[in-house]
Amino acid sequence: MLIKRWDPSAPKPSEITPKALWLDRRRFLAMSAGTVAAGALLGPSQAWARNLPAYREGAVTLDEDLTDRDSITSYNNFYEFGPDKSDPKRHAAGLVTDPWTVTIEGECARPGVVDVDALMARHDLEERIYRLRCVEAWSMVIPWVGMELGPVLKAFEPTANAKWVEFTTLFDPEQMPGQRRDVLPWPYVEALRMDEAMHPLTMLAVGLYGEVLPPQNGAPLRLVVPWKYGFKSIKSIVKIRFTEEMPRTTWNIQAPSEYGIFANVNPRVSHPRWSQRRERRIGEFQRRETLMFNGYEEQVAGLYAGMDLAKWY
Amino acid sequence: MVLRSFKPLVFTLCLLPLVWLLWKWTGVLGLTGGGGLGANPIEATNRFLGDWALRFLLIGLAVTPLRLLTGQARVMRYRRMLGLFAFFYAGLHLASYVVLDQFFDWAEIWADISERLYITLGMAAFLLLLPLALTSSAGMIKRLGAARWKRLHLLVYPAAVLAVIHYFLMIKADYTQPLLYACILALLFGLRGIGRGHHARGRGHP
Repeated sequence: MLIKRWDPSAPKPSEITPKALWLDRRRFLAMSAGTVAAGALLGPSQAWARNLPAYREGAVTLDEDLTDRDSITSYNNFYEFGPDKSDPKRHAAGLVTDPWTVTIEGECARPGVVDVDALMARHDLEERIYRLRCVEAWSMVIPWVGMELGPVLKAFEPTANAKWVEFTTLFDPEQMPGQRRDVLPWPYVEALRMDEAMHPLTMLAVGLYGEVLPPQNGAPLRLVVPWKYGFKSIKSIVKIRFTEEMPRTTWNIQAPSEYGIFANVNPRVSHPRWSQRRERRIGEFQRRETLMFNGYEEQVAGLYAGMDLAKWY
Repeated sequence: MVLRSFKPLVFTLCLLPLVWLLWKWTGVLGLTGGGGLGANPIEATNRFLGDWALRFLLIGLAVTPLRLLTGQARVMRYRRMLGLFAFFYAGLHLASYVVLDQFFDWAEIWADISERLYITLGMAAFLLLLPLALTSSAGMIKRLGAARWKRLHLLVYPAAVLAVIHYFLMIKADYTQPLLYACILALLFGLRGIGRGHHARGRGHP
């Protein structure tokens, strides 16, 4: 069976990015030759060197105030760039995200290597405003730009044995100073059950606030699973692997009693460190009630029908 | 006479972290361009005050080893003030948790204390410091008697140990900071032992 890899209705890359810009980017790349130093010298906006293609605005909206861009880009858990939440903004600016490829492996008919630009050209991009709830009991409302994960995965034709999808972050201690120490078992790995990965809410983000994703937020490609705690939404993905067995994931290896494989937002299941009953929305003073599945209960509760969510936290 | 003038100086230095924090808050509240405290000022405040409580506890515990090593008895006159500042910042740390972080949600606070070991131990450390602060005056020393007062104030050791464990347990990954504090505490305990040893020998053979 042939799976359609190109959507004829989707704009061609040439329609999206003006040639002058496109050439400019190639020239920039040749010039910087992938050096971190050049990236740091030229400043972040040039180092990212990718333009966000056209996207459908307001595909998923939310009747809640957006968290300001400055908070979203300066308060990040991205241990690859340091354990402090102010570290990623300081240390990620030089991350070379173009060119960037993702390796597809495991239980699928079409493994291989795909370029992020090709992915962005092949799949519809849209803006989706989602809540983000961190396991540390703070939350944000973020306007992502990205693509639904399901169609991306289907294109690689997962086999009947593919029960899980495992994602891996870049391992590059040269660029990621946090990886020079064994703070976590590198590289960072996360995973979704196949039905979770195929759920229409699950997305791969490439943009934020209408611009290309900043490095500290997981450029150039990150997962966003809005009904799960933030650590599931793995950043700067370089590998996607289909597996039959449940993968071991980073925080679950680090502290299995604290971070479960599902990590669904659940105010009724307390974490050893944080009560999950309430959360602090960044920018607000008082805590607010945490919603079951982060407010996406209607859409995703069916995925876990019959499961004991206290056991499968 | 010259030395006496250092007390106001030390007092002022000890207040500087609080002054810095209040200045940052004027920025958070938009009253000045004071820079603010990042996206989560409440978390930043709580961490900052906890850090300084622990630092002052260690600084206070460094006074006796310093005397033992240098033989300068006059450093002792700063010990009470440093200890009280440790209690002061620990109290502010607790207050920021109760007021800013939980906003008087007593049910949630009680759940935290009873269910989360790092909060249990942090609270225990504070409760151990409380009688020490209350009995810090010259009058209380007299009323208790020097020997009993000294015995009571040995509580500062378990309080410091609990404070470091409290820090350890709240870290998700990267234990560099609490390890550093643990090492300093161990060093201070060690110096005390060595210093005492020298002292005892010195007295034994005048």
